[in-house]
Amino acid sequence: MNNSIVVVVLASAVAYGTPLLYAALGELLAERSGVLNLGVEGMMLVGAVMGFLAVQKIDGAKGVVLPLAVAVAALAGAVAALVLAFLVITLRANQIVAGLALTILCGAAGLSSYIANDFELATDPARYSFEEVNAFGLQDLPVVGPVLFGQTWLVYASWVCVLLVGLYLSRTRPGLNVRAIGEAPAAADAMGISVAKYRYLHTTAGGAFAGVGGACFSLALTPLWVDGLTGGTGWIAIALVIFAFWRADLCLVGAYVFGAFSALPLILQAKGYTVTPQLFQALPYVMTIVVLVIVSSGIGRRRLGAPASLGVPYVREER
Amino acid sequence: MSLPQVRIEKRLKQRRWLMVAVPLGSLVVAHIAIAILLVVTGHPPIATFRRLFDAAYIADGALTNSLIAATPLAFTGLAAAVAFRMKLFNIGAEGQLYFGAIGASGIAILLAGQSTPVLIVAMIVGGAVLGAAWGAIPGLLRAFLRTNEIITSLMLNYVAALALNYLIFDSLSYWRDTSATGLVFPQGKALADAATWPVTTIGSVAIPFGFLVAAAVAFVVWVLYTRTRFGFEAQVIGDSPRAARYAGMRTRRKIVAIMCLSGAIAGVGGASQMGDFRHVLDARGLQQANYGYTGIVVAALARYNPFAVVFAAFLLGGLQNAGYTLQSADFPSGLVGVMQGMILFAMLGGELLVQYRISISRPVRHTRTQTEPAS
Repeated sequence: MNNSIVVVVLASAVAYGTPLLYAALGELLAERSGVLNLGVEGMMLVGAVMGFLAVQKIDGAKGVVLPLAVAVAALAGAVAALVLAFLVITLRANQIVAGLALTILCGAAGLSSYIANDFELATDPARYSFEEVNAFGLQDLPVVGPVLFGQTWLVYASWVCVLLVGLYLSRTRPGLNVRAIGEAPAAADAMGISVAKYRYLHTTAGGAFAGVGGACFSLALTPLWVDGLTGGTGWIAIALVIFAFWRADLCLVGAYVFGAFSALPLILQAKGYTVTPQLFQALPYVMTIVVLVIVSSGIGRRRLGAPASLGVPYVREER
Repeated sequence: MSLPQVRIEKRLKQRRWLMVAVPLGSLVVAHIAIAILLVVTGHPPIATFRRLFDAAYIADGALTNSLIAATPLAFTGLAAAVAFRMKLFNIGAEGQLYFGAIGASGIAILLAGQSTPVLIVAMIVGGAVLGAAWGAIPGLLRAFLRTNEIITSLMLNYVAALALNYLIFDSLSYWRDTSATGLVFPQGKALADAATWPVTTIGSVAIPFGFLVAAAVAFVVWVLYTRTRFGFEAQVIGDSPRAARYAGMRTRRKIVAIMCLSGAIAGVGGASQMGDFRHVLDARGLQQANYGYTGIVVAALARYNPFAVVFAAFLLGGLQNAGYTLQSADFPSGLVGVMQGMILFAMLGGELLVQYRISISRPVRHTRTQTEPAS
């Protein structure tokens, strides 16, 4: 039963949803503080390439090198995000243009390709990669076993991250401050919260998450280097944050739904139905638009909504 | 010791000389940054720049190829500039260009027996109409439901890409080559020879017809924004929606109109892809090129001035062309993307100098005799 195509596809939906989940959690932090970072794809690629480089060049046991590589990926993503943060927070640049510039700078035809080319990363597969771990020995349970308990450490860690980010935003003082800044930076400033400091921290932390998301590709899903190996996941992550109403727990659900929708045509085709795969692949995007319309119309605006200051630079003198 | 204080104030008047000096300075800064990257990674900076410049503008046929690369960027850059000037952040030029290509190639197949001038007009109209229709969706949502156009236009890019894939790879559509080979290797129907747009040759440089169309569009956009009431109102709405409403301007209509115009320009870019260069609805090639996103970079570099957009498209087109030409083992791949990003970053940073005055002052030293608690 666990070898049936449905289970296999569901398990791969979880595996492929994981990089999306990391990236979306990062973008969630940035957006909650009011910074719309469109550079997710670029930060993911930089994380992916630096993580891969670390695995190839650092000597040591597998158990040491892999966590180190993830840390390097997170650091790389954070540094890329820091550049953006400097531009949009200190220099007050347009967030959309700066985000796109970051993606072009770091992206498939930019820095990530440059680094990979310089260290000749495309020649060999990764020396170590994350493998499936049989969690609590539950992998053999029917259906849920392979889907939930036969995944890599990166997947299990992502669940912890969802929990932590969710609790941070809803139950801690700094988390509430972030949300205040996202909604009304002037009011937060008057309360004595440093808008710039919080925005810097959360944009950078968001970059670190995106870097780890990129590393999911180069260290687990496809442990080798191809230029642009994230294949647009960063853009989907931006959609996912909206789809999840800017909430960490819904990001988890959304990531797997998005993963399942791209896998669904395969199941249906295997069962002998003739389907148009594009119709299913388009659904997440169309649903994101629908969600956004609901959020921005009267009903949604009251309870679930985009941070009101999203994309708007905060300048104390101009409030 | 007290630290010097940095104060940033908005300039009331923009200095003319700064508007020229800052972009030039940004270019210099970007090149220095890239030179440092090259040195650190063991490449000779001067020689690399020289090769790049040579491949972009000087070598045999380089200018022709740079113009080919510049043409779609000029269209998508103008599309972005038109919308961004009204603070409508349409990042959907990518999808609007796909739909323009679908419209133009569809009409060219339909009117197969016609003469070239008829086909050119038909393709431009077909591209503009479908591009405008695709741009109207985020426009209508923004105007009537206050939905953020950034995300909707971004999402629609993906839907447009999937539509393109559907037409060529997963259906027996009107656009697909349904001959025996076309069924095995999915590709679009080839357009008739008469649907090939003419090339103007000056000396050894071939100028694509689409580039001339883009230049004409730039002029129209300039007239629109500087000489018409419509353009003036659009800018007021962008700068201050409330003031515009009090003045009785029709905000919603203008939002939809500008989004349609932006989409139409990108759509003509798609038509130019069909007529000037590809001559077949090339689903994969169009998606790999990322014209829409690069167009936004072009528009930002040009500070949304339509004539400057055409020039910036030529500069970036040259870079891209050089990137393709020099693709080899001894030339650092990815350098072109790094350069584009760096230049844009430097420009964005420099923008601060144009719009704000930065003064660094040392706070006045207090002498001991003043009533200050000893520290």
